[in-house]
Parts: sequence; C-alpha cells; structure tokens
Amino acid sequence: MAEKLPPLTLSSLDKKRRKVSFNNRYGWFFISFCLILLALFMLYPIISSLIMSTFSSRGMISRYVGLGNYKRLLHDTVFLQALKNTLLFFIIQMPIMLFLALMIATLLNNKAIKFRGVFRTGIFLPAVTSLVTYATLFKMMFSLEGFVNRFLMTTHLISDPIPWLVDPFWARITVMIALTWRWTGYNMVFYLSGLQNIPDELYEAAKIDGANALQQLGRITVPLLKPIILFTAVTSTIGTLQLFDEPTSFASGGVTAATIGPGNSLLTMSVYIYNLCFKYMPNFGYAATVAYVIVILVAILAFVQFKLAGDRR
Amino acid sequence: MKGKLYLLRVLQYAFLLSCFILAVFPFFWMVVGATNTAVDIIKGKISFGNELIPNLNRLFSDYDVTGIFWNSCKISLLTVLGQLLFSSMAGYGFELFSSKTRERIYGVVLLTMMVPFAALMIPLFRLIVSFNLLDNHAGLILTSLVSVFLVFFFRQSFKSFPKEIIQAARVDGAGEFRIFCSIVVPAMKATYAAAAIYAFMTSWNSYMWPLIVLQSNEQKTMQLLISTLSSAYFPEYGVIMTAIIISTLPMICIFFSLQKHFIHGITGSLKQ
Repeated sequence: MAEKLPPLTLSSLDKKRRKVSFNNRYGWFFISFCLILLALFMLYPIISSLIMSTFSSRGMISRYVGLGNYKRLLHDTVFLQALKNTLLFFIIQMPIMLFLALMIATLLNNKAIKFRGVFRTGIFLPAVTSLVTYATLFKMMFSLEGFVNRFLMTTHLISDPIPWLVDPFWARITVMIALTWRWTGYNMVFYLSGLQNIPDELYEAAKIDGANALQQLGRITVPLLKPIILFTAVTSTIGTLQLFDEPTSFASGGVTAATIGPGNSLLTMSVYIYNLCFKYMPNFGYAATVAYVIVILVAILAFVQFKLAGDRR
Repeated sequence: MKGKLYLLRVLQYAFLLSCFILAVFPFFWMVVGATNTAVDIIKGKISFGNELIPNLNRLFSDYDVTGIFWNSCKISLLTVLGQLLFSSMAGYGFELFSSKTRERIYGVVLLTMMVPFAALMIPLFRLIVSFNLLDNHAGLILTSLVSVFLVFFFRQSFKSFPKEIIQAARVDGAGEFRIFCSIVVPAMKATYAAAAIYAFMTSWNSYMWPLIVLQSNEQKTMQLLISTLSSAYFPEYGVIMTAIIISTLPMICIFFSLQKHFIHGITGSLKQ
C-alpha cells in the first residue's frame, strides 16, 4: 500500500497539471481576439474617460480640477433638466412597456389562441426598424396637421388638435409612445421564449386549485420568469438612460446649440454629452463627467433591481 | 361560466388585434406615403397614390442612394461576420476552458455592458483620429468587431451543447479549433442565426457613432441619409418615405427568412 501511493499521486497530479495547461492554452487562444479588441475599444476608453472627467477644458486648453466637474454638475441647471427628463422616461415609460410586453407574451403563450404566429410577427415587427426611421415616421404622423390628429378629430375623440411635438408635455408623451411602439415587441420575444420553458402542467394544476388568470400571472408566471424580467429590466434601464437617437430625431429641426425639443423637454443626458462635445465649445472633461453620472446611475438602478428580484424570492 | 369564458376570449382577441394593428399600421402608412406627394401625406391621405416613381426618381437623382446603400451593406456585413466569429469564439473559450482567472475576466467583461456608449464616445473618437480612421468605414467596423452582449449570449447557448461530442472528437484526434469550426458551429446554427439578426440589426440601425465618425457625403450610411432628408427645411415626405422603405427592407427580409431560428436561438440561450 505505502509503496504504491507515491507514484499514483504523482501521476494524477501530473495529469491534472497537463489538463490545466491544455485548458489554459486553448482557453486563452479562444478568448484572446475578443480580449485584445475589448481592451483597445472598451477598457482603454473607459479608463481614459474616467481620467478625462477630472479635467476641465475649453478648446485646446485643459486643466486638472479633480472632482470639480462633479461639483459643477450640482449647479448646472441644464444638466439637472437633462437628468429630470431622462428619469421621467425611465419611471413612466419603462414599466408600462415591460408590463405590456408581459401581457402580450402570456396571451400569445396560450395555446387556445389562434393566429399566434401572425400576432407575434406583427407585434415584433417594429423592432426591426431603425431608430432614425421610426422617429422620422412618428414625427410625420404626430405633426400638428398629421395623421394622428386628423384621425382623432374625425372620430371626435378630440375637438382641437393636440400639439404633439410643440408642447413640452406632449413632446415627452410622443417620444414615450414611440419608444413603447418600438421596444414592446422586442421585450415580448424574450418573455415568450422564457414562457415556453414553463411546463403547462403548472398552469393546469393552478386552474384545478381555482386560481384565476391574475393569480396565475402573479404566482407562477412572474416568479418563474424573474431572471428574464430582470434581464429585460436591466437592458431597458441601460437603454433608457442612454436615450439619444429618439430625442434628437424628434426635436423639430434636430439638435440646435441651445435647446432640444420644446422648452428643452427632450434634452436627455446623452444628448447633453453630445452637445458638450460637438455643439458648444468642446469640453470633453465635463462631458466625460456627465457620462460617468450615467454609469453610476445605471449601476445603482441595476443593483436595486437585482436586490428587488432577490428579496421577493 | 361558458359565457364568461367566451367574453374573456373576445377581450383577449380584441387586445391582441389592437396591439397588432398599432404595431403594423406605421408600416402600412410608410408604404402608402411612398406613393403620395408631400402635400397628400400632410393631409393624412391613407390610400395609394401614383407618385411612387416620381418619388424614387427624385431620391435617386438628388442623392447617391446606391452608393449609400452599398456603404451600409458593407459596414453591416463585415461587422456581423467579425462579431459572430470573435464573440462566439470568446463565449466558447469562456465556457469550455474555464479557469479562475478567466472567470474573473468574464465578470469584468460583463460589467462593461453597463457602461453607456456616451462614456466611451470621446476617447473612442480620439482613438479613431489618432489611427487616422476618421471619415473611414474601417474606423466604424474596427470599433464594433466584438459585442459583449453576444459573448454572453453565445456562452449561455454553449452551456447546453453536449460535451460528450467534443470529447469524442478529441479522442478521434481532431484539433480544438477544428472541433469548434466543423462540429460546434454547424450544430449551433439557430444560435448563430439569432446572433446574426441581432448583430445586423444593431449595426444596420446604428446612428450616433456613424454620425460622429463619418463626415463626408460619400461615406454616409442609410440612417444618416434619412436624418439628413428629414431635417431639411422643407422635408419632402414622399421622398423620405421611399428612403425609409429602402433602408427597412433588408431588415424585414432578413428577419422573415431567419425568424424561426431567431426564436429558437433565444429560447436555447435562456434555458440555463
């Protein structure tokens, strides 16, 4: 026994070591291209803009200000407006869209409903349009004399045209409607594929126990879909906080130096960053600071969402 | 009880149908618009006119649409190929050859998904300038050759790939890269199709980064063309609609031809 042990352990150790080096060689090989590209076009910019955010620049001249840029934000009324606008989209539009997507997905998962394929394809279709495309389309449809106002007036739902794009309140509503149109189907597909993994027997058992549709949604669908709901919530949060294309396309006349949308109502943080870089006298340092506010907000909100999902369990 | 169920069904269909109509109507309106004059579109006409040919003529005579369309195709195809290759390789490497260090790196890679593009924009812009790639398609393609989301997506999908097959191929003496190319990739067609749709969609539809990198008219993409058209002082709505149709058509074709795989691919990645 004692004579046999040493060679055995040695050879198994050797085998393990060989396996580790084999694993390493191919592991590094397969991920190397990706890592090089990410280091150059992701990691470097992230670090670089973090450093940049401690500088303030006016054209060519820049000086170190430490956390000065972050302090400046608190008194920057334009930034606060941008923050408010962005958060409005986040608080109002995102929950409506995700709830709608979940509703449609549960209906389309019901085998008793006919033409599910047609409904699914049609409702997903908006997701293939580009942001510029649909923003342009919606801008035309929602213009003062546009199709939507005409339709609502001929059906006598309203007596006066709604100033969709010229009034600060309605401009936000229009962008929210457009966002919901574009992204509901996209999120629905994720829910739908998640729902397909939930066994039908669960619902049948619930029905036998006398659970109604709402109880089934709250007790079976939502808890089992939680990882996917979390996924869509986090991706939507990132998307909403980065909102750029829609506001720029919707604001009549595009981005001008001073305002975007009626009364700056469509000025989001990303638009502000763009303005700081390319419209005003470029101040890259300050723009990077605003960008990091987005990073921090996304991190906080994602963390809160993860916590909420975890606690309910 | 039966009447109640019947009413519920009707309500469900009504809800789905209204969602369907709301979702599809703008497409219909876009096609109708392309056949009408700007004045008719403003008036809210929703029947087909006969202005399609004049609209197309004006679009093609005023702008180099074929060139711009080709620009978009070239950029998107190269980006999709790069993203599929590099992201799937990375996902495969992370999943099949896991080690402590690589798991940590994977965590960091996933974290970068949270960083908004706006934060990267300025350093990336400077990088492009220093590489002398401003106003060059290569600058656009090079910066988007890897998608972190796709790395994550591929890794999730590879989790359900039977490892015994890989082991068997190893015993038969196949090299690791060959196993990946000739066994794993063909078996994961649905995943690749879903990833291709996603990658093509993001690349074809991207607006902000091309807006910054591409500056001359010859280099423009379809999205930039549309935004130029619609920000004109007197927008020619009929012409814009034709441009929109031309830019949306490839997306719709690709989606319809790969739709089956798309749903399957997403389902496969969410199983874990």
